[in-house]
Amino acid sequence: MSAPNKSYDPVEVEALKPEEIERMRDEALAAFAAAGDLDELAHAKTAHTGGTSPLALANREIGALPPQAKAAAGKIVGQARGIVSKALATRQSELEAERDARVLVEEAVDVTLPYDRVPAGARHPLTTLMERVSDVFVSMGYEVAEGPEVEAEWFNFDALNFVPDHPARQMQDTFFVQGTSVEGTATTGDESGVVLRTHTSPVQARTLIDREPPVYVVCPGRVYRTDELDATHTPVFHQIELLAVDEGLTMADLKGTLDHMVQALFGPDMKTRLRPNFFPFTEPSAEMDMLCYVCRGESVGNPDRPCRTCGSEGWIELGGCGMVNPKVLTACGVDPEKYSGFAFGFGIERMLMFRHNVDDMRDMVEGDVRFTRPFGMEI
Amino acid sequence: MRVPLSWLREYVDLPATETGRDVQAKLISAGLEVETVEQLGAGLTGPLVVGKVLTIEELTDFKKPIRFCTVDVGQANGTGEPQEIICGARNFAEGDKVVVALPGAVLPGDFRIAERKTYGRVSRGMICSGDELGMGDDGTHGIIVLPPEHEVGTDATVLLELFDEVLDIAVTPDRGYCLSMRGVARETATAYGLPLRDPALLDVPAPNSYGYPVQITDPIGCDRFTARTVVGLAPEARSPIWLQRRLQKAGMRSISLAVDITNYVMLELGQPIHAYDRNRLDGPLGVRRAEAGEKITTLDGTVRVLDAADLVITDNRGPIGIAGVMGGANTEIADPVTDPETGIVTGSSEVVIEAAHFDAISIARTARRHKLSSEASKRFERGVDPQAAAAAAQRCVDLLVLLAGGTAEAGVTEVAAPSAPRTIAMPANHPDKVAGVDYGRETVVRRLQEVGCDVYGQDELIVTVPSWRPDLNEPNDLAEEVIRLEGYENLPSTLPKPPAGRGLTERQRVHRRVGRALAGAGYVEALNYPFIGEQALDQLGLDADDARRRLVKLVNPLSDEEPALRTTLLPGLLGALRRNDSRGSHDLALFETGLVFRPGDQPGVAVRLGVDRRPTDEEIARVNAALPAQPRRAAVVLAGAREQAGWWGKGRPSDWADAVEAGRTVAAEAGVELIISADQHAPWHPGRCAAFHVEVDGEKVLVGHAGELHPRVVKAFGLPARACAMEIDLDLLEKANEGPLKAPRISSFPVATQDVALVVAGNVPAAEVEAALTEGAGELLESIRLFDVYTGDQLGEGSKSLAYALKFRATDRTLTVDEASAARDAAVALATERTGAVLRGA
Repeated sequence: MSAPNKSYDPVEVEALKPEEIERMRDEALAAFAAAGDLDELAHAKTAHTGGTSPLALANREIGALPPQAKAAAGKIVGQARGIVSKALATRQSELEAERDARVLVEEAVDVTLPYDRVPAGARHPLTTLMERVSDVFVSMGYEVAEGPEVEAEWFNFDALNFVPDHPARQMQDTFFVQGTSVEGTATTGDESGVVLRTHTSPVQARTLIDREPPVYVVCPGRVYRTDELDATHTPVFHQIELLAVDEGLTMADLKGTLDHMVQALFGPDMKTRLRPNFFPFTEPSAEMDMLCYVCRGESVGNPDRPCRTCGSEGWIELGGCGMVNPKVLTACGVDPEKYSGFAFGFGIERMLMFRHNVDDMRDMVEGDVRFTRPFGMEI
Repeated sequence: MRVPLSWLREYVDLPATETGRDVQAKLISAGLEVETVEQLGAGLTGPLVVGKVLTIEELTDFKKPIRFCTVDVGQANGTGEPQEIICGARNFAEGDKVVVALPGAVLPGDFRIAERKTYGRVSRGMICSGDELGMGDDGTHGIIVLPPEHEVGTDATVLLELFDEVLDIAVTPDRGYCLSMRGVARETATAYGLPLRDPALLDVPAPNSYGYPVQITDPIGCDRFTARTVVGLAPEARSPIWLQRRLQKAGMRSISLAVDITNYVMLELGQPIHAYDRNRLDGPLGVRRAEAGEKITTLDGTVRVLDAADLVITDNRGPIGIAGVMGGANTEIADPVTDPETGIVTGSSEVVIEAAHFDAISIARTARRHKLSSEASKRFERGVDPQAAAAAAQRCVDLLVLLAGGTAEAGVTEVAAPSAPRTIAMPANHPDKVAGVDYGRETVVRRLQEVGCDVYGQDELIVTVPSWRPDLNEPNDLAEEVIRLEGYENLPSTLPKPPAGRGLTERQRVHRRVGRALAGAGYVEALNYPFIGEQALDQLGLDADDARRRLVKLVNPLSDEEPALRTTLLPGLLGALRRNDSRGSHDLALFETGLVFRPGDQPGVAVRLGVDRRPTDEEIARVNAALPAQPRRAAVVLAGAREQAGWWGKGRPSDWADAVEAGRTVAAEAGVELIISADQHAPWHPGRCAAFHVEVDGEKVLVGHAGELHPRVVKAFGLPARACAMEIDLDLLEKANEGPLKAPRISSFPVATQDVALVVAGNVPAAEVEAALTEGAGELLESIRLFDVYTGDQLGEGSKSLAYALKFRATDRTLTVDEASAARDAAVALATERTGAVLRGA
């Protein structure tokens, strides 16, 4: 803030005639209006609002006016400058909008262009389906248990009540591992007592041996049987197994758990059906079917609405289940008088086939990226 | 087991309206796996009648001999006149009774019979073969010649029982009794709540001492042997149509009357029967174990060398049959032979019937040892009702008397080891507790009685199980019977309450995260078979002593080319890479996570432990020690473009750096930092191979490799040029994880950035330079980034320039330029000391 000016020059007062100020204002307004683009406006801005512009000079003159004239002159000049700067701002934004409209149109791109610079990866649907099923049970409090794929016969068969020479042992076509002597000079047929696990059930036995009841686990994993690969068979496939051992578990609990699973995976009004069957490691045993999630059973006896998914049977076969055979509990050190349990297992390949309309098992095993890629990260 | 519905109705009065599908549903619900219901006679409509061939005119003007016949079909053709029919078959003569399809008939396969001109005559119908009627071939390929007693004009669809339904049941190993009509009928009767006419309820004469002599020296292997003799059999007697048809429908071929009868009784009662030609037996029948090396020629004409564990039937000459599996050729019933001169039929006229009971496991082992699964062995393995032997022998005798005109001898041999009925004690509420349903004692007792049990007791039941149910041994077996008969479909649906779970383990989480991270980086998962052979290891260029050559081998591989399990994930992935490439996908990034199999140093045998108790920890440890190590690994393979060319500009081929980066990605997901160094390791390019190490408990552990594949490997596998690969051990990574990440402290003071370019010898790894700079810069260093690598003339031969951006920042103040420069100088000084680096331009 400078000190008040005492040495004014009365002659100069003439310069601040209102008409002059109006003229300056109008010239500025005309120049802004005439500016066709932002560059021209910038020039006009300098000429009419810059430090050497007439209005700026006039403003400076006010200081030189006698005190009695200052107020009036200040008002006139201030008003004019206000109008000018407002007009400048208005014109500025008009021209910017014009420019933007033009430039942004020029910058427009074709947003429909494809972009596959780094093609997407994907996890295998068998992996993600196994995880999805596991997660249903993990959310119920189950834990995920794992075991070796090259497994001792005792775990794969004996502990599960597959008695030696019982026909049940022949039901599953087993890969046997050669006995090896040192130096790797194996001779065919040496009894090693080791097999490629034919089901995920040995994990049941390992879990029961390792943990104290209550035990609630799911065991997803790879299993092996000596089937040649074709449209509906593969020697290497995946199962998921469930085991619950606790006090007072019943077959009704098994049924409820199965119902919950198919509801979680296929929708709220899904259900399962049990049919008596035989498995050495469960007694009673059952085959489990789920309601066909596509036709909901409506294709049965209705030739006009055939269902491909269930072959118009209304039910889809899932796998085997039952109450854990007390002999299995005994072999694993669980007191069958105190505890009971249920178990079930089914093939992931099969579920993938009917859930996702896969026709040929070979598509799942060949690793063709065209098959796997659409499945993405989750299923 | 194939069960004709018409036959089943003989034992159970099913409502006439019940179809095969209805019965199927009931039996499935009762636990029998009824796989199909075959509709016999589907697509067949008459008129189909019995005809008598009156005349045969041989037409010889054609390529093959053709017969023009006149056939009496009675009034079936409406006129009573002989029917004129052209026939190409030759196995019949004038006077024979045949089956005639008259015009208007439709045979299976939409074969419409009409009057038509052929071979210069008008043929008004067809003389039919079994095949043409959908009966299955009888082995003759000829037309059916009926026994003479059938009247002309009789409806042949009824006579031949052409319309029927056959239930095909896959019998589970516990349900041996359902390998018989008797067993299936029992289940059917129970399912419908109808009475059963048990075909085994026959009057059987008491055993006596003058039957055919039998000596059992192995009463464990054979606890029961019934022998009966029938003499005076008419060799010319043939199996009646009903008998032939029932066998046919059940899937067996009619052979001769005596053999057909033994098969029929086996199907009916489940008891395998063997019939010996008495005139070909030499002395008493015996049952003993074979002597190792003994030989026998079985019915199928094969000479078999016996094992000391095989149970055999003998006479004075030695083994004459493998017990319960297959009879011998030298005592076989002779097929009837007709003397062409005299027309006299000769054949066995005296037979000895054997109905015995053999040890299930012994039969199973013998059948497997000789790869000889027969109808008999199938039944013995699954358990045959020992109490049915006498009835089965009687049924045979009855049928031989009835159908072959034989006379039963009065002698009845029965050798039986003493046995008591088996009982099971079970609390009456046990089935309720297993099912979670309140059945109540009364229901439990009633259902068990329907199964054939005798039940005593109130709260604690004493259950005597029927002789045909060797599978019922434990309370749970009985519970299953009750629950299945009450209907599995009626079980309620309840949910147990598991204790709170702990979620996935760290190992499981790492596994999932690795999959997601690799897929996120553009890799596609492939799940490859783990089978490999030496060839793949040779193709990988592994040295003779490479650990990956020590394989876990299979006794029975699917392919002799791939008889072992993978020791590395790469062969499978490279195979998938090649397959995709050959199918036209060339820009490829694949990954797999899975187990590899490494034999232990001292592989032993995984002994079979007992099952009557939990094995001890030592026993389990010994079993586990016999298993190979099975670490989980992750691997990737790459070929073609990593980034594709497109409207945005150029693409970028995948290279060694992508493979190494995949390793870093995996390790980062496991929360571990890799120590990367140059290595030479098959199958990688010796100059483009990185080794991955991690620190576990202060020790540097090798966890994997990555880089570009060796050109020889690329060639051997037929891969695209410059294919790259990475393989890393996930289990070791998980071990190296040091727990939850420690969050960085974020300073809001300004950053001071200093760039340095260092010239080093070409063979100095950037990782070492960076490590030295990092260490030398001290704790003010916030980050370091290599932003350029330059080699060129300005530097001189064998040198490279590494340009780093160093960011310095303090947590408590704004750094002065001098502080930042001092830190930079310290960094460079240490790099100079460690790696000989020279500040570029200095």
